Amino acid sequence: MKRQGIAEALRDGIAEELERDPAVFCIGEDIAVPGGWGGAFTVTLGLEKRFPGRMIDTPIAELGFFGIATGAALMGMRPIADVQYGDFLFLASDQIINNAAKMRYMSGGTCKVPLVMRAPIGATGRGSQHAQSMERYFTGVPGLKVVAVSNAYDAKGMLKSAVRDDNPVLIFEHKLLYGSKGARAESGAVDATSDIPDDDYVIPLDRAAVRRTGADVTILGWLLMAHFALNAAEQLATAGVEAEVIDVRSLSPVDYETIGQSVRKTGRVVIVEEGPKTGGVAAEIAAGIMEHCGQHLQAPIVRVASADVPVPFTPALENLYRPDPARIVAGVRQVLQG
Amino acid sequence: MSTTTTLRSKAAPAAFKREFLLELHRRMILIREFEERVKFLFLEGTMPGTIHQCQGQEASAVGVCAALAGDDFITSTFRGHGHALAKGLTAQEMMDELFGARTGCCRGKGGSMHMGNMSKGMVPAIAIVGGGIPLAAGMALAFKMKPTKQVAACFFGDGAVAEGAFHEGVNMSALWNLPVVFVCENNLYGASTHISKVMKDTRVSARAASYGFRGETVDGNDVLAVYQAAVTAVADCRAGRGPVLLELLTYRRTGHSRRDPCHYQPKGERDEWFDRDPLVRFARVLVERHGFAAAELDAVKSSVDAEIVAAVEHAKSAPQPTQEELSEDVYA
Repeated sequence: MKRQGIAEALRDGIAEELERDPAVFCIGEDIAVPGGWGGAFTVTLGLEKRFPGRMIDTPIAELGFFGIATGAALMGMRPIADVQYGDFLFLASDQIINNAAKMRYMSGGTCKVPLVMRAPIGATGRGSQHAQSMERYFTGVPGLKVVAVSNAYDAKGMLKSAVRDDNPVLIFEHKLLYGSKGARAESGAVDATSDIPDDDYVIPLDRAAVRRTGADVTILGWLLMAHFALNAAEQLATAGVEAEVIDVRSLSPVDYETIGQSVRKTGRVVIVEEGPKTGGVAAEIAAGIMEHCGQHLQAPIVRVASADVPVPFTPALENLYRPDPARIVAGVRQVLQG
Repeated sequence: MSTTTTLRSKAAPAAFKREFLLELHRRMILIREFEERVKFLFLEGTMPGTIHQCQGQEASAVGVCAALAGDDFITSTFRGHGHALAKGLTAQEMMDELFGARTGCCRGKGGSMHMGNMSKGMVPAIAIVGGGIPLAAGMALAFKMKPTKQVAACFFGDGAVAEGAFHEGVNMSALWNLPVVFVCENNLYGASTHISKVMKDTRVSARAASYGFRGETVDGNDVLAVYQAAVTAVADCRAGRGPVLLELLTYRRTGHSRRDPCHYQPKGERDEWFDRDPLVRFARVLVERHGFAAAELDAVKSSVDAEIVAAVEHAKSAPQPTQEELSEDVYA
């Protein structure tokens, strides 16, 4: 057992999968440059020394190398492709959505694409093009699995599941949760360290996690918002409100079994999303809850999300843009009155 | 790293076995007759969907695929029927697919634009222009990493050269010496737009040199010239000297899709290219230089026709997918 942050846990997870299966390799920009950073957030730092030939640095060509990763996966390899910033997924999206996600269906089930994609997201003082919440653009794509990891334990376990899955899996990570060190440390970082077992373990890609139990209200969040939701729940507890906090974690498919159990107990739901409210994942989850267990709701679902604007730069506006614990508390108050 | 722009001369008559030559002929006839029948069925209204056909481009598909081994892979495009037949898919599994039957090569889920059969070395065709170029590079990367001696051949049209995917895929293939033959079927038109409207330098093969690898322009309506160029390219790839860019000069005898009457193709240009029809030319070569009797070639056409008639007959009554199959095959 050791205490690790997400970047370290992912690094170990990737290394262990590289050791376990010769079909696994990593591909991306600046991931394996000696003297470099190990990717934008140090996740692959030093792996090029241990796995020569299997850590492939690419030109700045997201469309190209996501297509290359997809093609390699079709031929039986198990690539782990990453982008430096999730925003760059738009460049790669033709290959991800038109090829990786659809190949199996178009082939009538005769080919498979065991591809892992990793993408950091989150508003972190970088303005509009290095900070978007990208989940919404990929959760409705049939053929893709989409997960979001909010702590080191999940990051390692879900990465391993993704590598061993025969489908394309997109893993969203949050820049404020990596725990990257040294020159790549992130200001405003939030502690997402976990105790990591020494033995191999995996976490399913289709299960939400109950982070805190409570009977009064269910708060759903993921990535940074799962942490903020827990913070809000602690504040609410001092006022006598017991919130159940669920880290949705699996964004596609969504685990309505775990969510439904909570909704049946509390009857009240707040969904927290970093990213603009309109067209977000929270809208999909709200509709899913209506379909799965809407009859148990005692009040209309409340969404706490970012403003419907591009991500602003100045910290003053960024903090207004993104939900924080205080706004989550206000959302809970609203749903309790409903 | 040179770019050869001269057209290859025809092979010496003695260089090929009769069976091989006859098979090239049969494959081209199969593609032509398949496409003609599909066109009829589509216009007749019995076949669903849309079609993009390759009449006139048979020699490029057949010449390249004849140079590949069974376990080599190709990627194709929305105009992929010829590539599929050349790589060994049967008229039956393709006709079934075109009729949306569950017995089709993609169980009715791919259709005209996504023909493929993994067991025959063809991933489902990619209908996004240029989308197959990085994909083929990745397949070749897998062959290199495993390692195997397999090669990927990537078919695309002249229109794809303007896509960013071309630049990115070709650049990385060159950088890593990947075993991939990029096959540009230059038929002068991207949909209805002439190549001169979208490229300052219309010699596609010349681009290879700027990425540091070999490009070559070949008479794409001469099946033996295509075959020989492909053999060399494939050998280069297997020897670790890939990639190679082959630009095959050819012409589309039918519309871009559906009922396109090709009014944008000038008559003089059409006549000139129709005179260079790959099937007519090769039949003449077989008779005049290789001693085939006209009756032998006629017999090939008769047997191909019978094969296609039977395929259509079967496909029209082949079972359609069921409700359960709608949501199958999304995930592995």
